[in-house]
This record gives sequence, structure tokens and C-alpha cells, in this order.
Amino acid sequence: MGTVIRTPHPREKRIIFKNIDRPGYTPGIDSYFADGGYEELRKAFTMKPQDIVAEVKASGLRGRGGAGFPCGAKWGFIRPGETKPVYLICNADESEPGTFKDRYIIHQDPHQLLEGMIISCYAVNARLAYIYIRGEFPLGAKILERALAEARAHGFLGKNVLGTGFDLEIYIFRGAGAYICGEETGLIESLEGKRPYPRIKPPYFPAALGLYMAPTIVNNVETLCNVKHIIRMGGAEYARIGRPNNTGTRVLCVSGDVQKPGYYELEVGAITLGELIHDVCSGLKPGRKLKAVIPGGSSAKVLRAGERYKLKTKQPDGSMAEREIGIEEVPMDFDSLAAAGSMAGSGGVIVMDDSRDMVWALNNINEFYAHESCGQCTPCREGSLWMKKLTARMLDGGAVPADPDTLKSVADNIAGRTICAFGEACAWPTQSFVAKFRDEFAGYAARNVPAGGHGNGNAESQP
Amino acid sequence: MSDPVPLLNVQIDGIWHQFPKGTRVIEACAQAGKFVPRYCYHPKLSSPGNCRMCLIEMGMPKMGPDKKPELGADGKPVISWIPRPQISCAQDIAEGMGIRTDSPLTRECRHGVMEFLLINHPLDCPICDQAGECRLQEFSVQYGTAGSRFLEEKVKKPKRIALGPRVTLDDERCILCSRCIRFMKEVAKDDVLGFVSRGGHTYLTAYPGRPLDSNYSLNTVDICPVGALTSTDFRFKMRVWFLKETKSICTSCATGCNTVIGARERVIYRQTPRENDDVNSCWMCDYGRLNFHYVNSEDRLTAPQIRLNGTLETSDWGPAIVRTAEELGRFRPDEVAVIASGRMTNEELWLARRLIETLGTPHHDVVPRWGEGDDLLLNADRNPNTLGAQLLGVANERPGENLARIVARVRAGEIKAVLALQEDLLEAGFTAGDLNRLTFLLALNILPNPTVEAATVVLPGAAFAEKRGSMINAKGRLQRLNRAIAAPGNAQNDWEVLRELLQQLSGTAGPYVIEDVFKQIAGTIPEMRGLSLSKIGDRGYQLEDVEDVPAAPAPEPAHL
Ligand SMILES: Cc1cc2nc3c(=O)[nH]c(=O)nc-3n(C[C@H](O)[C@H](O)[C@H](O)COP(=O)(O)O)c2cc1C
Ligand code: SF4
Ligand code: SF4
Ligand code: SF4
Repeated sequence: MGTVIRTPHPREKRIIFKNIDRPGYTPGIDSYFADGGYEELRKAFTMKPQDIVAEVKASGLRGRGGAGFPCGAKWGFIRPGETKPVYLICNADESEPGTFKDRYIIHQDPHQLLEGMIISCYAVNARLAYIYIRGEFPLGAKILERALAEARAHGFLGKNVLGTGFDLEIYIFRGAGAYICGEETGLIESLEGKRPYPRIKPPYFPAALGLYMAPTIVNNVETLCNVKHIIRMGGAEYARIGRPNNTGTRVLCVSGDVQKPGYYELEVGAITLGELIHDVCSGLKPGRKLKAVIPGGSSAKVLRAGERYKLKTKQPDGSMAEREIGIEEVPMDFDSLAAAGSMAGSGGVIVMDDSRDMVWALNNINEFYAHESCGQCTPCREGSLWMKKLTARMLDGGAVPADPDTLKSVADNIAGRTICAFGEACAWPTQSFVAKFRDEFAGYAARNVPAGGHGNGNAESQP
Repeated sequence: MSDPVPLLNVQIDGIWHQFPKGTRVIEACAQAGKFVPRYCYHPKLSSPGNCRMCLIEMGMPKMGPDKKPELGADGKPVISWIPRPQISCAQDIAEGMGIRTDSPLTRECRHGVMEFLLINHPLDCPICDQAGECRLQEFSVQYGTAGSRFLEEKVKKPKRIALGPRVTLDDERCILCSRCIRFMKEVAKDDVLGFVSRGGHTYLTAYPGRPLDSNYSLNTVDICPVGALTSTDFRFKMRVWFLKETKSICTSCATGCNTVIGARERVIYRQTPRENDDVNSCWMCDYGRLNFHYVNSEDRLTAPQIRLNGTLETSDWGPAIVRTAEELGRFRPDEVAVIASGRMTNEELWLARRLIETLGTPHHDVVPRWGEGDDLLLNADRNPNTLGAQLLGVANERPGENLARIVARVRAGEIKAVLALQEDLLEAGFTAGDLNRLTFLLALNILPNPTVEAATVVLPGAAFAEKRGSMINAKGRLQRLNRAIAAPGNAQNDWEVLRELLQQLSGTAGPYVIEDVFKQIAGTIPEMRGLSLSKIGDRGYQLEDVEDVPAAPAPEPAHL
């Protein structure tokens, strides 16, 4: 495989991905040092842990793993006088379809992650941390092991880190290839050597009863990397990037029907979905029209071209104004995507043009979720497989008029009724696809489908 | 005294109730008469919250600006409801909590879960042993619909799997509630069961190379809410709705687990544990559970027998009792020994003690029966009523201590007659030669054995499931046996046999009903003073100070 050197798009603001694809940059610690590496760690050690937590709170950093939970608030759940050991876990399970960012950090800039983790551990007083890395990243695990050895050799890990009296060990834990291991309580169970069955919450909120029933902070790779930069800039300065409540940059992973798919680090909310597609990704394929976008990983609700959304924005005078926008005008930030009825999720943007068959696309997603449901709780276990069998039957020529309604009600019976958010993750695609492309789904029952089914998802190749 | 548990106010379906702090929401609802359906929840196991059948609506008091609950027109807190349904099996109640068990949302949730559980279920109730006591059937009727929208193929899974020597698994019927897994891990402490594969293809299995062979394995069959786990012993033998259920106790060790005996006509089909937190929680061991087949045996003694010219001949009760009394009349008191049993009921032991007194013999004991015990239920003392035998004066503080002396006296020709009550003397240290040395041997028993074969008179008694009576377990709990089936043929309740014998020997009328026997005991034994068979109740009665078992007081002749 030849190395493709990608130069950042001019609209990008590279902070986290600064060293990704940088010519001459290697994962070794020397490259990192040459770039000023571990300076923020030294700076962090001059601060009190609670001051670091305060800076992270001030930065407005929200989790990059999917839920967008404020990082500082999460850390604040750890009680100052905690007597149980506190653990920190880096969630490097990156498996949400359409998401491919954490792996680049791990493979190309592992020390950035380690520095962010060490600072974070110091902030929450964790003396033991784990990097839970997806089983399909064997090379990433090796690179991280090497980076850990280098960090240890330089005194950034182990007993008495940099003479501060702070002890810290970080271990790599490799998953065995299951999406549900990315769900934080499933991850914790897996780390404890069990099946990754997510835990019920309440009572098992990780910050209270996490790994080995001790307080545990779980953060995404990208989230932890941001901590280093918050220390460098200061929380208030960091909060100036992006928009209020939507601060910093995000690495958006664009896939699907655009000219230049790939990862782009962009200031949160600084560009719209339309600009992302047409400007940053050089537009759709020739002659194609936009049909739909899944904006935050495969579990995010699909946005349909032509939809109108109501967006509340703060005016310069502080008052709120509502404006109506179309899909291409949606700013790429947490709150705007939520207002559009979807979510920023994991940053995976999947673009679909008018050549796409929505039943095929949904079936593709359903196959994934049916395969990855852990099977612990009834609605998700049974419902995810049912939805997949149903869309597969539609594609195989067996659609009946009741299918759209059945699909909707199966998904409705999952969402909000399961142990973990996988329930929503598998129900939202079906709920949104059927609601927004109902004609296409209903039309299937009337279609005369050739033996062998509907092929490869290209709407025009079908009768 | 510790502080009393505070009572919390909880609103359930619009009505305010009070429950002690620490009550599970699902239990509070049940106590308020609002049963919430559930599959995976079991009060004796951890709560994984996986079946999602117990979803309810929950809310907490709405807080005003002063951080105090806002009060409604009725003076009660206004509840702010959580938009998502919540499981009721894993949370305790809280002050001011609101719960809706029967709202449109909860009904919709249950309906959805029922549909999900059935789409891949084989629906083979007509050939399923669980039919009639299946949660899936019951809740389908209450919360499901008749039709199906499922046009797809069902998932195929392993069937007829011997998980171990006593448990058979049908994975297609399994609703993956994990009760069996949790029981084996948390109670039986033998973590052999688990799920493999994932999603809709998940199935239950035992760890490779590790059969489910724990002595508690059959409890998984009891708690399996569906017909996935079946007892290999009971499978395909009887539809459960034909079974007559009788509350009783297991008599296979000194724990005395509370049971339900399932019988039809004169046949016992199964024993299952009956909840009693003072004895066995919800469990029983496989050994005790399956130790009933001998009751159904073809070989049961069904009529008295008398030895005439060297051979045992079938007889009526009258001649057999008369012959026994006549024979006994020929011996001096110390030429007779009574070998009784720790398996006898208190009532039988009481009458055996009267017999000992009437005969005036100092030679008596019970046959100890030791096995291996465990930390859960199984007691090393396999006699169910050793304490009773001691308390009633048939055995002393060291049961079995007298046996060797009795055997020696038999060999020395000093003891010439033995009454073997529910015991085979070969298990009491006798040899076949010792039996032949006796001038008279009475065997009261239910099945043939060498003692029965060598006996002068054989009296057929009743098995534990065929009689009433009481026993005292190793912890001093007085418990009742109940009659599930009739004794076969001409066999009699042992206490009645002993009464007949005593009447014949003493010439006075004995007690008429078993309640009278117990009354005599209660009138004499201080530990049981004031009790009656009915007062013992289904869950037993804890005796006090039974460790200091005194010798039974001298009998008052009026009792006979
Ligand atoms: C089904 C499911 C899969 C998830 N997979 C991932 C994942 O691969 N990586 C990740 O960082 N977070 C994943 N999450 C989110 C985590 O549960 C958790 O919220 C996150 O790691 C917290 O980190 P953050 O606050 O830094 O975002 C997943 C959540 C769900 C429900
Ligand atoms: S929602 Fe799905 S993935 Fe989550 S615990 Fe339930 S079955 Fe497992
Ligand atoms: S076998 Fe029975 S008890 Fe075990 S998980 Fe399946 S349904 Fe539950
Ligand atoms: S533990 Fe003892 S009393 Fe209980 S079932 Fe087993 S043998 Fe019977």
C-alpha cells in the first residue's frame, strides 16, 4: 500500500490532527519532542488537579465518542476525597460505521494521546489507566506499546512521574472485535474479562461504580488528546474556538458519495454541511444530486435533502431568533445537528446521492446492528435481527404493504427500552429512514423484483 | 435494638402507600396489589435487568425554586415523570417516588417485549413440559396478542442438549433471562453456565468439558421461566396440570428442605422446593429432590407377613400384631432390643419410646446415617429427625452409640428379640448370622431388605410421602410432613402400626388420631409445650434450646 500524503484542506484547523500525514513525522517520541511534546505535561504538573478540572470545564470540551457529554462535568463526578482507587480508560474501540479518526491518532501520533491521558489521570487522581483498543487494530496496539515504553523510559510513567510523587501506569487492553465493547460499561465488563454486556444505569454509572466497582472515567481518544491542548491554551482560550457550548475542533470523517472523502479537522460549527460537501470534499459525483446525509456515525438519524429545520440562534443582542434552514445550511456542531433531529455523534458523515436505494442502505445498516447487538436485552436482541430480516426480505422481492409500519413499530419498541444506547443506535436509522423515505419503502411492495433481489444498492440499476 | 427502618411514601398508580426503605420498586408494586410481570428478576439473585418486561413509568417529586417538593391540591408532591420507561427490578423506592404500572406506555412496553420474545420462540407448548406453569404462556395471555406479524424465518438453535446428568436444554425455548447462569454462579457457586455467540443468535451452554453436574443443578429447572431447562427425570412423564400438589419436606437429610410433592393417583412424579427463608430459601439439592422413586417401587411391601414353618406367609393385620405381642411376651425385658430410625416422625418415635417403656428394655437406639455435607443445604446427617429421636428419648446424645453393645449381646445370646423399625439391621452393624441367631425379629419397613427377609413378622409401613407427622431439623425447626399419596395395598401408617402393637401389649386404648399423639408429646416434652400439629404451620416452628436435648421423661401410663 503506497502512502498517500494528504495536505490539509485550507478550511481545516488542525490541532488534534496537526501531525497526521505530516511529512517526516513518525510515531516515535523524538518526533513528538521535536514538536514540543510533553511540555504540557510538565505544565500540568505545576497545576493542582482541581485546577486542571476547572480548565477543562471552562474549555467547554464535549466528549468526542458519541454522546457529546461535557468532559469537565464528567470528571467532576469523582469526589475529591475518594478513598477507592480511581481508574481512567481511554476508549479506543472506534467501531461506529463511518468513523475513522481515533485510529490515525493512535497510528501516527500516539504520544499526543499518552500526554493527554497522563494529564487527565493526574487531574482525576487515577493511578492506573487502560487504553481499550479495538481488536482489529493490532498494529495500533504495537505502536502504543512502543510509545508507552518510550514514555516510561523518559519518566512520564511509572513510579514518581517526573519527580512529582505521582505514580501512574497505563496498560493496553486489546478487544476481540465487538462493537458493543465501545459502550463504556460493556467495555468495562470486557476489561474485567467478561462478556461485554453493558450494565444497567442506574446503578452502574462508571464514575460511581465502574471498573472493579470503583470510580472510573471513560473518555474517547480524541477527547483525551484535546486535554493537552486545553492545558496549552488555557480553558478560556480553547473555548474561543468553535461556538458557545460547541467548542474546539472536531475531526469529521466523510464517506460516501463525495469527490474527496476523508478526515477533516474543522472548527466546530464553523462550516455548514453544504460547505463540507461542496467545498471541503469537492462536491458530489458528477451529475448527482444530494439525497441524504447521516451526519454523526451510522446510528445518527438520517437527514433528507429538501427537509427544512428550525434553528434557534443567539443574536448579537443576546435575544434568540428562529430561522428555518435546509440540509446544506446546517452548521456542523452538536446543538445544530440535534436541532435538526439528528446528532453530531462520532463525527462520521455519510453522504448519499440520488443513486442510492434507501431500503438497501438501511438493510446495510441493519445488518451491522443485528450482527453487533450483544443480545443481552430482549428488545434490541430480537428487534435488531427482525429489522434486518425484514429489510433483507424486502430486497429479496418479498415486500408486503405492511412493511414500513412494521419496521417503524419494531424500532419504536426498541428505542428507549433497552439496557444501553445501542437500542437507540439500532432503532434510529430505521425510524428515520422509514419516516423520511416512506414512499420508497412503501413502493417496494408494489415492485416486481427480479429473482436474485435488488443488487448492490444502486437505485437506477433496478427496474 | 437497631433503629426501625423508616417508611417512605410512594405513589403507585395514583395511590400513596408507605413501604420500608430498601424495598425494591417491583416488590413495592406487588405489595400494593400491582403485580409487575417479570422474567429475569428473581428475589434471591442479582438483577441484570435484561428481559425488560418489568418496565414501568417512574417519577420523582418536582422541586420548587426553594428546593422543596411542589405540593399539589391534595397536599402531596407533584411528580415529574421520567420520559423513558424504567425497569422496576433493580431500583429501590425513594421518598416521594411516583410509579405507573398500568399506563399506556407500560402496556405498550410489555406488549412489545412479549412480541419480541415470541417471534423466535418455537411455540411448541403441546410437547413442552413447562406448559401449564410457563411464564411465557401466562404473560402471553395477559399482555400479548394472538396474531403474529413475523414473516421471517425463526432462528435455529441447539435442542435436546444434555447440559449434565439431570438437566436437558432446549435453546430455542430459552428467553435468555440468565436466571440459571446467575443461580449457578451466585448460589451454587459453580459457574458452569454461560451465553455464547451474540445478538439474536445468543444461546445458553455449559463451559466446554464442564457438565452441569452440581448437586443443585435442578434448581435451574425450577427458576427457568420457560421450558428451556427441563428435568431429565421428569421430562415427558406427566402434564403438570394433572399433578396434585402437597406441601411437605424432604427427608433425605437433617436440613428438611420444604417441598411440594407433585403426584397423580398413587404415583409421585416430582418434588420441587418450596420457599422457606428459615430453611432452604427457594432451593433444594438434586439428591434429595430425586430421592422418591423408591416410593413408587414395584417391590413395596403391601401386606403383613408371618413366618410359618420357616417361610413368610402373607397375613392380615390382626394375626400379625397378635403374633408379635405373643412372641414379645416370652422374653425378659433385657432380652429385647428396639432399633428405631432417625427417619421416623416424632409421632412414630414417641410411640416407639412408649414401646420401649412397655417392654422395659434398656436396649434401644437409632441407626446413624452420615454422608458428606456442603455449605449450602445438604447436611452431613442424612437422617431427617435425629433431634427428634434424641428429644423423644429413643436415642441419646450420641445416636448409634448403643448399637455395638446391642450386637455384642445378640452374639452372646443375651438379646434374643429385636424390633427393627424402618431400618435394615445390616446397616446397624448386624451380620446375616446375627439375624439368624435371633429367636424373634420384627421388621417394620416399606421395602424388602435382608432384615425383612430374616424376620419373624413383617409389618408394611408408609413412606414419607404417604403419611402425616412432624420432624425436627438440624437447626431445631419443627416441620410437618403431609400425605401426598396413599400407601400401597394393605400397608399402614407406621404410627398406627405402633399404636396397635402397644394396645395389644398393654391392653389399653391408644390415641385415635395423629393429632392426639402430638398432643401427648406436647403435654410431656417441654420444648414442644403448647404446640399442636396445626400450629406448626407450613413453614415450621423454631424450637428453643433444643441443643440441650434432655432424656424423655418417664411415660405416664395414662397416655397409652
Ligand atoms: C453502542 C455504543 C458504541 C460505542 N462505541 C464507542 C466507541 O467505539 N468509541 C468511543 O469513544 N465511544 C463509544 N461509545 C460511547 C461510550 O459509551 C462513551 O460514551 C464514550 O467513550 C465516552 O467518551 P467521551 O465522553 O470522551 O465521548 C459507544 C456508545 C454506544 C452506546
Ligand atoms: S441494548 Fe442491545 S447492545 Fe445494549 S445491552 Fe441490550 S442487547 Fe446489548
Ligand atoms: S435456560 Fe431458562 S433460566 Fe436459563 S437463560 Fe434460558 S430462559 Fe433463562
Ligand atoms: S439438602 Fe437435605 S433436605 Fe434439602 S433437598 Fe437435599 S437432602 Fe433434602
